[in-house]
Amino acid sequence: MKDKTNKKKKGMTLAMRQNLVGYSFILPNFIGFFIFIFIPVIFSLVLSFSHWDGFTEMEFAGFENFVDIFKDSVFVDSIWQTAYFSIFTVLFSMLASLGLALLLNQKIKARGFFRCALFFPYVASVVAISVVWNAMLQPDYGPVNEFLKFVGISNPPGWLASTDWVIPGLIIVNVWRNMGYFMIIYLAGLQNIDQSLYEAAEIDGAKGWARFRKITWPLLSPSTFFVVMMLIINSFKVFDLVYLMTNGGPGTSSTMISQYIYNQAFISWDYGKSSAAAMILFIIVALLTVFQFKAEKKVVNY
Amino acid sequence: MVKKKNPVGRVLIYVLLIGLTVITLTPLIWMLSSSLKIDSEVFTVPIKWIPDDPQWSNYTKVWEKIPLLTFTWNSVKLTVIITIIQVITSSFAAYGFAKCKFKGRNLLFLLYVATMSIPWQVYMLPQYSLMNTFGLVDTHLGYILMQSFNAFGVFLMRQAFISIPDELLEAARIDGLSEYGIYAKIMLPLSKASITTLVIFTFVTIWNDYMGPMIYFNTETNKTIQLGIRMFIGQYSTEYGLVMAVSVLALLPVLIIFLIGQKQFVQGVASSGIKG
Repeated sequence: MKDKTNKKKKGMTLAMRQNLVGYSFILPNFIGFFIFIFIPVIFSLVLSFSHWDGFTEMEFAGFENFVDIFKDSVFVDSIWQTAYFSIFTVLFSMLASLGLALLLNQKIKARGFFRCALFFPYVASVVAISVVWNAMLQPDYGPVNEFLKFVGISNPPGWLASTDWVIPGLIIVNVWRNMGYFMIIYLAGLQNIDQSLYEAAEIDGAKGWARFRKITWPLLSPSTFFVVMMLIINSFKVFDLVYLMTNGGPGTSSTMISQYIYNQAFISWDYGKSSAAAMILFIIVALLTVFQFKAEKKVVNY
Repeated sequence: MVKKKNPVGRVLIYVLLIGLTVITLTPLIWMLSSSLKIDSEVFTVPIKWIPDDPQWSNYTKVWEKIPLLTFTWNSVKLTVIITIIQVITSSFAAYGFAKCKFKGRNLLFLLYVATMSIPWQVYMLPQYSLMNTFGLVDTHLGYILMQSFNAFGVFLMRQAFISIPDELLEAARIDGLSEYGIYAKIMLPLSKASITTLVIFTFVTIWNDYMGPMIYFNTETNKTIQLGIRMFIGQYSTEYGLVMAVSVLALLPVLIIFLIGQKQFVQGVASSGIKG
C-alpha cells in the first residue's frame, strides 16, 4: 500500500496534485455533508414513493402517497394556510423593514442603539418568544387585548384561540421577529446609493415622495429582490414558531405544510405520506425561487 | 439626508424611531418584568412594569424545579463543539472552492448551493432514520453530526475568500508556503469579520434550536436549555413567573455574544444581502 502511494506521488502530474490538494480541503466538510444531508435528501425522494412506518418492510407505492395527501383536506388546507401566512408575512415584513431602514438612514444620534434594539428579536430564542407572545395575545386578560380595550375596541379578536385570528396573530409575531434582520439588509442597500443622485434631484426640484419613487426604490431593487426571496422561502418553511405557539390549532386552522410533514412522520409514523408532503414543499419552494430569479431580470433595474 | 434643515421633521423622525423601538422591545421588557412577579400578578390591569415586591427568588427556584444546570451545560457543550467544527470544516472547504483548481469543483459547489435552499423539513425524517440505524438518536454525537455540516458556512466563507486577491497567494507560493500554510497564515487572519459572523450565526442557531433537540433527545440528562423552558408550560397551568425567568436566563448568552460581536455581525448580514 505504502509503495503504491509513493510510486503514485513520483509520477503525479501537476494537475493531479492540484486535484488532490483541492479534494483534501473539501473532504472533511463534504463527508459530513454527503452522509448527513445529501443522502437524507435523496432518501426522502425514495420514501415519497414508498409505504413505510420505519419498522416493517418497505414497499413501493408509486404515486399513492401523493394521491392520498391531496385527498386529505388537512394537507390541502395546510397549503392555503401556508400561502396566506406567507403572503402577508412577506408584504408586512418588507414594508416594516424598509420603513425602519429609511428612518435609520437619516443622520441621527444613537443609530447603533436603535439598530441593535430593533434587531434583537431576530436573535432571541423562538421558545422564549413563543412563550411571551402566547401570554401577550391571551384573549381574555393578555396585554394586547387589554390595550385594544383601552383604546375603545370593545370586542377584541381571540387571536390564537380563534380559528379566524390565529394566522393574523402568527403573522404579527413573525413580522416582529423578522423586520430587524431585513432592515439591516435594506440599510446596506441604502448606503450603496450614490448620494450625488439625490443632490442632482434636489437641483431638479424633486422632493420627498418623488425622490423615493424615482431614485431610492429603483436603486434598492436588488435588496428588495433578496429580501422578498428570503422572506418567501423562510415563511413557506415556517415550523418551530407555529409548532410552539399553536401546534397547528385550534383544530387544524394554523397547520402549515411543515407541521403536516412533522405530524405524519413523528405522530402517525406514516413515512411515505410525510415524505410526499415534503416533496410538495420542496417543489413549491423551488418553483418560487426559479420564478423569483426569472422576475429579477425584469424587475431589478441595473 | 432628507429634510436636512427641517427641525420639525427631525423631531418627527426621533419620535417615530423611539416609538417603534419601544413597541419592538415591549414583549421583551414585559418578559423581564413578569419574571419578577408571582403568577397572580402577571396579568394585572393596568400592567405594573415594576413589580411592588420583586420575586428574585424566581431566579433561584428555576434551578431547583428542573435540572437546569445539566441543561445549560449541555447547551454550552453542544453549541461550542458545533461552532468549532462548523468554522473549521467550512472555512477549509471554502478555501478549496475559492482558491484551488480541481476537477468537479463547480459541480460540487452547485450541489452545496442547491442543498442550501432545501428546507430542513424535507429531509428531517430520513435524517432521523439514518441516525436511528447508526444508533445515534438520543445522543449528543448524533446531534453534533447532524448540525455541523451545512452549506451556509461554506458559502459565507467562500464569499470572503474570493475577495482576497490571487496575487497575494502567488507571492506566498513563491515564498514556499504550502496551500495549507496559505489557508492558515493568510486567508484566516484576513477573514476575521466573516469568521465572527459565522461564529455568531452558528452560536445563535444552535443555542436557540428547539426542534432538533426535541426530536432527538428523550433522556433527561441529554436535554438542552430550550427544552427546559418548555417544561414550565403545563397543559393546564403555566407557571408564568418561572417560565419568564428561565427565558430571560436563556436569552442572556445570546445577548452577550450579540453585543460583543454586533458590529461584525451586522456587517456580515448586510454583505450577505449585497452579494446574495
